[in-house]
Amino acid sequence: MSAPAGGGLAWRQARAGLLLALPSAALILVFFFGPVLYGLWLSLTDFDLYAIGDPSAARFVGLGNYAHALGAPDFWNSLRITLVYAFVGAPLSVAVSLAAALLVDARTTRWKPFFRAVYFAPVVTTLVAVAIVWRYLYQPQYGLVNAFLGRFGIPHVDWLGDPHWALPAILGLAVWKNFGYNLLIFVAGLQNVPRELHEAAELDGASGWQRFWAVTLPDLAPVFLFVSVTTVINYFQLFAEPYVMTQGGPLKSTNSLVLLMYEQGFRWWRLGYAAALAFLLFAVILAATAVQMRLQARERRA
Amino acid sequence: MRPRTGTLLLNAVLVAGAALTVAPLLWMLSASLMPTGQANTSPPPLLPSRVTFEHYVELFSHLNLARPFGNSLLVSAVGTLCTLVTSSMAGYAFAKLRFPGREGLFRVLLAAMLVPAQVGMLPLFLMLKGMGLVNTYAGVLVPWLASVFGIFLVRQYAQAIPDDLLNSARLDGAGEWRIYRSIVLPNLAPVLATLAVFVFMSSWNDFLWPLVVLSDDRRYTLPVALASLVGEHVQDTELMMAGAVVTVLPVLLVFIVLQRWYIRGVMAGSVKG
Repeated sequence: MSAPAGGGLAWRQARAGLLLALPSAALILVFFFGPVLYGLWLSLTDFDLYAIGDPSAARFVGLGNYAHALGAPDFWNSLRITLVYAFVGAPLSVAVSLAAALLVDARTTRWKPFFRAVYFAPVVTTLVAVAIVWRYLYQPQYGLVNAFLGRFGIPHVDWLGDPHWALPAILGLAVWKNFGYNLLIFVAGLQNVPRELHEAAELDGASGWQRFWAVTLPDLAPVFLFVSVTTVINYFQLFAEPYVMTQGGPLKSTNSLVLLMYEQGFRWWRLGYAAALAFLLFAVILAATAVQMRLQARERRA
Repeated sequence: MRPRTGTLLLNAVLVAGAALTVAPLLWMLSASLMPTGQANTSPPPLLPSRVTFEHYVELFSHLNLARPFGNSLLVSAVGTLCTLVTSSMAGYAFAKLRFPGREGLFRVLLAAMLVPAQVGMLPLFLMLKGMGLVNTYAGVLVPWLASVFGIFLVRQYAQAIPDDLLNSARLDGAGEWRIYRSIVLPNLAPVLATLAVFVFMSSWNDFLWPLVVLSDDRRYTLPVALASLVGEHVQDTELMMAGAVVTVLPVLLVFIVLQRWYIRGVMAGSVKG
């Protein structure tokens, strides 16, 4: 039987639907969309420490904050570093995840759930806590990283103290911390690749490597797009790693855009300028996402 | 013979990878049990020369880490509860109840997922300051009151509840609120378990927002307390490792026990809708 007709029932359902959706919708509108719009206004003012005490002290400066950012070496430095995080760190992370997923999902692998859980463990750990742990691991004299590499004859490196090495060191922690997440998504994707396709390719005499390129990768394409887009977005927002390990140093070589925003906003209380930085980050993320979608779409047409 | 060597090699690589992955965590645990100063010797020792719990004792006596531990527990538990209540209601409504503006509202909420959280953070701080909520538990809780991801997750799952089940209850004269409580909620139990683990872990591990909104160290959550502790005790490797263990252990335990639910959430998050 179909749903009982009658205006009364339909009206009661509509009222219930509205009431049930209301708390979430109101909270998200007030505490998320509200601040985003407020932030847009803030970014057009010179809101600073004085304005915190007396908001009427803030003056409208138009696009002044944006112009200031685009003329500030600190902004370009942080943008460059953030782009390195996003376009070196994220692909590295995705590559490690995919390689590990292929190994975990291989037919002859034993204890699959065990490996899955172990590789996933860093994902659930508290970032601040493990960033502190890695700070000690990277310690030049007593750290395990140098001790381990020393066994292979690699000379000691002052990982977090050397402007050339601090950024790669932070990426090392970031990849370790989150490769397990995408691994899980890749494993789920791999299990959806039809077995028959593999078997057919095997009968045709395709090697493991050829099967990977011809069968696995194309079938994984949608998962791959999802994973790359979300991972790049996450690496654009890197904050706690440099905050805990290097405070953005040495010589600002690890200072991400979010860290710059945090410092401008909450250390120097230049809230108008910091709000503009947040919107610039948003614009960069949107642009990067659009580019990735484009590239992937073109790839698929080709 | 070749396939067997291949299998052996494959499993060896996996074991080596697993060892590298857990090494930082095992070293953290091991160093936390070393006597003061042992971790700062060369070559770096892997195991404590003598197992001691003095650093844990110091954390909970002098440094009073029990307080931030309790704060984190409180914020994560209440936040999880709030998200479960609001998301289960909204997720069900968006999936099953017809009301004007439903699709439009859902699309607006989904758009929130596109905006990085940092964009709203500074102005939210100023808003809460105006409301007198800066440096309060309520202030830390604000981002955990409702969740777009939660609504999305519940909605996906709720779509599978048969309409006949709901309609026959309506024919029996049950009110909409009772249907939600006694039919919908029990049916949503698995997805709510997933969401609970997810939100609990995210709020426990959250750093930037509590760092921004809290200024009084009596209200610090564990990650914020730990980050401020490392400023004063950077030389005390063993003590800091004990602090890291205390922070990481609860979420690691939750993960080990409730793995199944958590992993399901990760997979569901990757489903495009």
